[in-house]
Amino acid sequence: MASMPIPFAALLDRPDIWRGDSLSQAGAPTLPCGFPGLDAELPGGGWPVGALTEILPAHEGIGELRLLGPALAGLSKRGLRLVWIAPPHLPYAPALAAAEIDIAKLVVVRAASPKETLWATEQALASNACGAVLAWPQGAKYAELRRLQIAAEGGRAPAFLFRVQEAASESSPAPLRIALGTSDGGLAVRVLKRRGAPLTRSILLPPMPPAVRSKTLHVDRHPAASATARDFSTRLVHA
Amino acid sequence: MAVAAALALAPRLRIAPRDPATETEALLGVAGWAAQFTPGVALEFPDGVLLEVSGSLKLFGGLESLLERLRQGLAEMGWSSVLAGAPTPRAAFWLAWVGKQEFIGESAELEPVLAALPLEVLRCNDETLAAFAAIGVRTLGELRALPREGLARRFGQGPLAELDRALGRLPDPRNFFVLPTRFRAAIELPAEVTQAEALLFAAKRLIVQLAGFLAARSGGVQRFVLSLGHRDKAATEIAIGLVAPSRDTEHFTLLVRERFASLELAEPVRELALKADDVVPLPGRNLGLALEQGKPPGQWEHLVERLRARLGTEAVCGIASRAEHRPERAGVIADAGQKRLQLDFGERPFWLLEFPRPLAEIGAVPSLEGPLELLVGPERIESGWWDGDDVARDYFVARMQNEALVWIYRERRGEGGWYLHGVFA
Repeated sequence: MASMPIPFAALLDRPDIWRGDSLSQAGAPTLPCGFPGLDAELPGGGWPVGALTEILPAHEGIGELRLLGPALAGLSKRGLRLVWIAPPHLPYAPALAAAEIDIAKLVVVRAASPKETLWATEQALASNACGAVLAWPQGAKYAELRRLQIAAEGGRAPAFLFRVQEAASESSPAPLRIALGTSDGGLAVRVLKRRGAPLTRSILLPPMPPAVRSKTLHVDRHPAASATARDFSTRLVHA
Repeated sequence: MAVAAALALAPRLRIAPRDPATETEALLGVAGWAAQFTPGVALEFPDGVLLEVSGSLKLFGGLESLLERLRQGLAEMGWSSVLAGAPTPRAAFWLAWVGKQEFIGESAELEPVLAALPLEVLRCNDETLAAFAAIGVRTLGELRALPREGLARRFGQGPLAELDRALGRLPDPRNFFVLPTRFRAAIELPAEVTQAEALLFAAKRLIVQLAGFLAARSGGVQRFVLSLGHRDKAATEIAIGLVAPSRDTEHFTLLVRERFASLELAEPVRELALKADDVVPLPGRNLGLALEQGKPPGQWEHLVERLRARLGTEAVCGIASRAEHRPERAGVIADAGQKRLQLDFGERPFWLLEFPRPLAEIGAVPSLEGPLELLVGPERIESGWWDGDDVARDYFVARMQNEALVWIYRERRGEGGWYLHGVFA
């Protein structure tokens, strides 16, 4: 009896194989990032879980954390722990609470050296006991990132590595790499690497934080001198 | 054999005097470890431990798998062992004593096996043995072939009674070993050790013993102390604390390894001791009915302990918010998992600088890598007069030339001036 021919398409119907002209509908789980425009362009419709995501902001303070805000808020509400390894500054509790992140679930790990940062990140990923791992490694090499990627695989936590934008030219084992820039006061997200066809255009996200956006329309970029003169609008806070 | 004769045969022989107290301690240690397999543990001094295992076979997956665990554990603790089994404790001990790793399930099979054992297993004095040898009796089988009455008249009831106990014809009651409430174990190192990492091997032996003891007590420990004994100085004590009680050998070993890695020894170590005082009950875990997908979720407590063991206790912390208007006091470092009430604020940055950074002022405009553009503000914060650390500041959200948003303030006291206090990320 001749065996049934297997259609070619069925052979390719695997989560780890994708065609160059389409986006991988990865079978691997993902976590919606909370911005529909960005979700649509990410394989599987969100941040990959159990894999590295590299975030390369053009410079500090353009909204790299706001980008993760909705996802982190969702995880912390599910009672999962968010581990921040070697952040550049102290995460500020009132701002996190305002972003609806349950700060009781947030754990900061301070490392004395870049090597310890990598070690702690690998431990956190390998333990599979965290809801999300955010790390700020410095000058990580390909082999070191590869170790992190292996530690993350099969886990339930999305892993975000914040790196300087100069690292964009280096090769990386992370399946998703995102560069952040600004455009018209908003956040311009460029997907440098994803499982699927390359994305040439950037995705524009609304300016952040939202309150600043609404005020900028009224304030109309006034210079400092006039702002200090408008003391009538001062929000007085007396304890 | 005399020491001189032994040295003549093997010049590199190392000679150590026998120390009965240490032997007994080691035997008790093994008994405490073995109590995880059965509650019926009895000691056969000086070198035997008897386990009543017929009730445990099912739980541990049969005799072979139980023996494998016994062998592995004993090897990890650094003991060489001979395991033997029989329906009576005496027969089992005799088999092990002569080095026969045999397991006899039926009483009927016992007699022919015991018949081949030498008379020395009876542990009677040399005189009696010589007398037996003189009448041509060298094995238990030959002894049994002699008429009982004559034997009893000449050698007393002793040897016969022993044999009857081994065959199960006379009762052989045993006192079961009772586990101590606290764990103490020590190893004297064969040579002085100067490198802390080399101690891990010895520590592992003690940890295996501790884990067995805890399993026998169905408990775990939250703290244990390793003490490194030196020749002259007082012992170096390393206390290892855990977030939650545990009896996981691998986890303990990892914690000890991290601590050893950062340890600087004042003096070579001669002895290693492990003690654990408070054993707390550790509930078992139910397995899920459905097969779980992917990597099993890890234990959060284990992760925290590992990070703390290497990076230091303060390196892992949580954050909390407090009902405070002063920004630097509203967000604080706290133990992980704390939550406090907070006020409703204006716009706050994700990153707060630990110390505000002075900004240059160029033409009445604050400047940070170029002039800053003020977007929102001022938000006046004036508070804290009661504790001498009062602030009076006007806060603004400002935009840098590269479009990054920062949180700055203008000091309203003294010299004035602009400061960078946070970054909106």
